[in-house]
Amino acid sequence: MTDAEIRKLLQEELNNIAPEVDMANLDPAADLREAMDIDSMDFLNFITAVHHRLGIDIPEIDYPKLITLDGATKYLATALAKKG
Amino acid sequence: MVDFRMPSLGADMEAGTLIEWLVKPGDIVKRGDIVAVVETQKGAIEIETFQPGQIEQILVGLNSKVPVGTPLARIRAEGEAPAAPPPAAPPAPPAAAPPPVAVPPPIMPAPPTAIPTAPPLVAPAAVPARPRISPAARRLAETRGIDLRALSGSGPGGAIVYADVALALAKPAAPTAAPERKRAPALDLDAMRVAIAAAMARSKREIPHYYLSHQVDVTPCEHWLAAKNAYLPPDNRLLMGALTIKATALAARRFPAFNGFYRDGKLETSKAVHLGVAIAIRGGGLASPALHDTDQLPLDELMNRMRDLVARTRAGRIRSSELADATLTVSSLGERGVEALYGIIYPPQVAIVGFGKVVARPWVVDGAIGPRSILTMTLSADHRVSDGHGGALFLAEIGKLLEDPDKL
Repeated sequence: MTDAEIRKLLQEELNNIAPEVDMANLDPAADLREAMDIDSMDFLNFITAVHHRLGIDIPEIDYPKLITLDGATKYLATALAKKG
Repeated sequence: MVDFRMPSLGADMEAGTLIEWLVKPGDIVKRGDIVAVVETQKGAIEIETFQPGQIEQILVGLNSKVPVGTPLARIRAEGEAPAAPPPAAPPAPPAAAPPPVAVPPPIMPAPPTAIPTAPPLVAPAAVPARPRISPAARRLAETRGIDLRALSGSGPGGAIVYADVALALAKPAAPTAAPERKRAPALDLDAMRVAIAAAMARSKREIPHYYLSHQVDVTPCEHWLAAKNAYLPPDNRLLMGALTIKATALAARRFPAFNGFYRDGKLETSKAVHLGVAIAIRGGGLASPALHDTDQLPLDELMNRMRDLVARTRAGRIRSSELADATLTVSSLGERGVEALYGIIYPPQVAIVGFGKVVARPWVVDGAIGPRSILTMTLSADHRVSDGHGGALFLAEIGKLLEDPDKL
């Protein structure tokens, strides 16, 4: 999976939570919780959805690495590469 | 024979519009079954029946707006003989439910109280009929983000059935399907704002609130959650909100003056603890449906139910019992925002507990100052039924329970 594909998947899942947010205008380095006004339940649902779609275990301790779109893309790309 | 009536889903509700029947004459219903969907200011609400039996007759057609208390259907209790032979209808094939629009106009009782503005009954014929959609089709469409308006139905009378939605899902997404996804049509945020305004204005007019606040060190809760969640897949992970809600429910059981209703000039305490969970809705809405028997739920079950409740509320699918039953409300700011929140009581309840954002603060533990995670809790309570002394004990009890999450 390329970085662009991962990013697209993340954007889809974020849009499921916040349908009105225009992903094209979202700063990929912004804190998603602030930029999209999502709460801890939304974030947990986002992690759950990504976990199911990619089969990647995302421990809670790693949440801070997934708090921006750039960070989440990088984290998942690394995890997918490790998984092989 | 028992009438199934338009329920009152809050002190501010005068009428509701019937938008979906999930049963037809002859169907057997159990207590708690969802039999109809009614549109109110708070969104589309799934209405449950408390009377088990067999649906004898549907009295109100789709898209009819009727006052609270209007009989919507007749239910024959188990063992009861049919009152009269049903109108000589040919034995309808079970799949093709007779369109409820064909039923005689509903009998209109006077509104239960003198409501001068009770809206007139909308004649079913005057409203363009909505396409009939089976509940299964509606659910599938909602979870997968399919626009039902774009589908044509293959069911009886053109009804959209599960297979139609499944077919739409199987098709590759057409480029026209890309534009922004719409919010569930069930949620009308303007109407919801009107309902919030009415309830909150009434509360501030009638209820003499008093306010207390208390800070607790929730570092043990954070450690406990981190240790527990480390071994759980995301589906089963717990949030701090589950702990604060459970602690509030347990404390409410011990302090009944904060769990119940103010009616007819006095406190009616509730044996059951159904915490209303204030849920923010994107775009500026708020609803606080009840989490039934909160005090009885183990934490993992409580968390599952909370996730389900939040998802359904945000999709505009609250159940009637969830709207009417809350005995005490909890409002939590979660991870963001500010340290403290002072709620306004949702009448006829008598208290609301608020939780702010957890913040890192210098704190004295065992005689030494160190960084700890501090949560500010507040209580707004009705001074007609309780006093600051009791309120303080109640709030302190919630704090004590949070010191030992193992016992929650």
